[in-house]
Amino acid sequence: MKTQETDQFIGLEELLIHQFETHSELLTANDTPKVKALRLKHFDAFRTKGFPDSSQEKWRFTEIETALDQEFKHVIKEVKTDRNIEELFRCEVHNFKSEIISVLNGWYHSEKGDLFTNDEGVIYGSLKAAKLAYPGLFDTYFGEIAHSENNSFVDLNTAMAQDGVFIYVPAGIEASKTLQIIKMIDLNENIFVQNRQLIILEANSKLSLMHCDDSINHHSSLVNTVTEVFVGENAHFELYKLQNLNDASGLINSTFVRQAAGSTIKTNTLTFNCGLIRNNIEVSLNGKGAHADVLGLYLMDKQQHVDNQIRILHNEPNCTSNELFKGILDDEASAVFNGYIYVKKDAQKTNAYQNNKNILLKPTATINTMPFLEIYADDVKCSHGATIGQLDQEAMFYLRSRGISQSNARLLLMYAFAADVINSISIEGLKTRIDDMVKKRLRGELSVCEKCVLHCGSPEKEYHFDIDLSKL
Amino acid sequence: MDVTNSDNILEQVTTSEYKYGFYTDIENDMAPVGLNESTVRLISAKKLEPEWMLEFRLKAFRHWQSLQEPEWAHIHYPKINYQDIIYYAAPKKKKELASLDEVDPELLETFNKLGISLDEQKMLSGVAVDAVIDSVSVKTTFQDTLARHGIIFCSFSEAVREHPELIKKFMGSVVPYTDNYFAALNSAVFSDGSFCYIPEGVRCPLELSTYFRINAANTGQFERTLIVAEKGSYVSYMEGCTAPQRDENQLHAAIVEIIAMDDAEVKYSTVQNWYPGDKEGKGGVYNFVTKRGLCKGKRSKIAWTQVETGSAITWKYPSCVLMGDNSIGEFYSVAVTNNYQQADTGTKMIHIGKNTRSTIISKGISAGKSNNSYRGLVKILSGATNSRNFSQCDSLLLGDKCGAHTFPYIEAKNESSIIEHEATTSKISEDQLFYCNQRGIDTEKAIGLIVNGYAKEVLNKLPMEFAVEAQKLLAITLEGSVG
Repeated sequence: MKTQETDQFIGLEELLIHQFETHSELLTANDTPKVKALRLKHFDAFRTKGFPDSSQEKWRFTEIETALDQEFKHVIKEVKTDRNIEELFRCEVHNFKSEIISVLNGWYHSEKGDLFTNDEGVIYGSLKAAKLAYPGLFDTYFGEIAHSENNSFVDLNTAMAQDGVFIYVPAGIEASKTLQIIKMIDLNENIFVQNRQLIILEANSKLSLMHCDDSINHHSSLVNTVTEVFVGENAHFELYKLQNLNDASGLINSTFVRQAAGSTIKTNTLTFNCGLIRNNIEVSLNGKGAHADVLGLYLMDKQQHVDNQIRILHNEPNCTSNELFKGILDDEASAVFNGYIYVKKDAQKTNAYQNNKNILLKPTATINTMPFLEIYADDVKCSHGATIGQLDQEAMFYLRSRGISQSNARLLLMYAFAADVINSISIEGLKTRIDDMVKKRLRGELSVCEKCVLHCGSPEKEYHFDIDLSKL
Repeated sequence: MDVTNSDNILEQVTTSEYKYGFYTDIENDMAPVGLNESTVRLISAKKLEPEWMLEFRLKAFRHWQSLQEPEWAHIHYPKINYQDIIYYAAPKKKKELASLDEVDPELLETFNKLGISLDEQKMLSGVAVDAVIDSVSVKTTFQDTLARHGIIFCSFSEAVREHPELIKKFMGSVVPYTDNYFAALNSAVFSDGSFCYIPEGVRCPLELSTYFRINAANTGQFERTLIVAEKGSYVSYMEGCTAPQRDENQLHAAIVEIIAMDDAEVKYSTVQNWYPGDKEGKGGVYNFVTKRGLCKGKRSKIAWTQVETGSAITWKYPSCVLMGDNSIGEFYSVAVTNNYQQADTGTKMIHIGKNTRSTIISKGISAGKSNNSYRGLVKILSGATNSRNFSQCDSLLLGDKCGAHTFPYIEAKNESSIIEHEATTSKISEDQLFYCNQRGIDTEKAIGLIVNGYAKEVLNKLPMEFAVEAQKLLAITLEGSVG
């Protein structure tokens, strides 16, 4: 049965299929035979499956149809910009040094050149350039772990993504500087972007990465990002994702991490603003003794929607994982959390913890949480918890009895709720900044900025609650 | 702890045999194999049903034909051929039975083996039994006692004849035939079941009980239970199930509907011990059951307690729809799987009214090569102000070849509600075993002790008669190690 809407919906799908078929030479240019075959395979899969819709189990609480039901421009060739790149992507977080990797409308831009080796030996730059410069690495890793089960956006991305970011940390290099990917959408029409990231950490290396998704104008955009991260033996990787897009934007973010023995990772997904966000995170613990911390915070209001799909796969013994997602939902906002811990047969001595906590502020806010466990080994400690509630009335009463206004007391309690996710940020300057942002977000003062997400307000002035703590 | 010793015990666990695997040689009156409209008409005709009942069955059958068998559950089994099942098997009625003496002695023997007798002894234990063997209610005891209180407790077919107005009003009101694949199938071909009606203000003086048993080969059992508790009434209802040992898989698709009006309380307890298949996973009962209670009135309460030890496959989610303000739903479950058993069981708590409360306690125990899943839904609708849910689902793994899974779904649309869910998965700790051993309790007994302690929270909720049986069943299922 075709309604007006579904006709349009099929329209975008057909546009993409048509685009691939007519430009397949351009899209697969410079690909090795292996990568080319992979792209064709995923294209076929996308053609068969089409976009997901809310009749599918893994999408049933996310109305992706609405987000897709718009006229989008889908560019497969780089669009030149006359904006000043350095100015546009300037980032001045107080007390926090990072090297910026700028991505505009899905294309890597830098005045430093397409590929760059910094003074610590970390190689980074355009994915398109890396394909030519490091065909061996590209061939081995590209599309290796980004599978498309329940998510045909990955098929589409693997088939069509042309550019993005490539980061390679050679063995033994412990980068002290944080790399910061800033992605912006700046086009005077609705745009659908395919973004791809390939991050490889060799054995005993270390890297912290920030990944900021921002929009500059108020046009609607849909960004489909796929990130593959390979963490070598005993390597350490930290990923901070900051999501602050306008209410008309949609973001499909699929991150796949494969960990070797003894490696550790920490990911922190901070969702501040966006019309519709879908975060798929899959961590495969493929080596003994690997550890993963997967954290997230979402603060949504208006009619925003966030969907976090987190899969932790314990494929080897002696691995540990810790998952914590917290959310505050206001107005008509809705959120989905689907955690999934899988313990493979014989992955003994696994220790996995999963927790999702939510606060609903209005009767119109909705939360759907599904903390799943699937366990095939017996010598394991796995637990999960999920809570949905409101601000603690007794705590509120205590604060009110100390003369703190209703609104301030509310802010303080919400902030306290979010604090344990914020406190897990190990980069001091970033922590302070995020802390400020959360406070502002809770007061409704954080808007979509004209620049990077971290520019909001004056970077020099710290934000404080209007509370006399001596009264407590 | 001695590792090999514990392995041995777990080995022994898998060698335990099904104790209720006897077969009663009663002449059966069977419908031909297969399912089509004429089968449905035949069942209806055999039961001398009125026209409206046949209409209901046919509507359900036509709807069923338009449905696909659900595949979302975490269970794997070869596709069921619905045309290869006998949908109706009644013990052949020789003549109207005037007294217990006239009941087929073999049938009585069956009941004796099951430990339920229809004779005077039962009077002493104060249990009214409606025994359903291969889908037809054989004899209902204590009807007179119950009748004095105005309680109706009879077989479903009798209720269709005697109380059509009640059946018409309530049947399908909680589980409509459109509900799901197996509910539609049951609505089309159900053979018999129990009906229970507690009038306003009556506290049922007896624990009501139904015993289900699948006897004939290749038959499916499709019974329906309907319990209506009027304002301010109370009833405790028990259901037990066994099936003889057979190589083929037998299908069981039942429906249980409960309606509780203002201030009414219904306790529904199940001990399910269908034949689980042998230790190679051959045979066993496929148990696809739809159970749902509707807390229609204010301050009403429905509590489900289940001990699931049998069946090759269990697909069962006893649910509560909390419609009345201040109503309460409870779910207590122990599910044990061994060998190749698969269970996907849990509950749904749907909060509609204000100040509604629900509690879920689920204990899963997996052994052998089995898979045991908890699947539950807690749904708070926007009108359910100040509603409260607490869920706890724990899994215990005995052995490294089994699986334990948890799939909770929590949907909240109301900001004043509080929902808490917690779950843990673990094995019996060596510390606990060591402690027991050191006190002179051997490993076998220690495992029994620990498993029993683990399930205690749920077993305590069972009526006396069942609690004893349930403990024995736990022991039988984990035979060799647990006692």
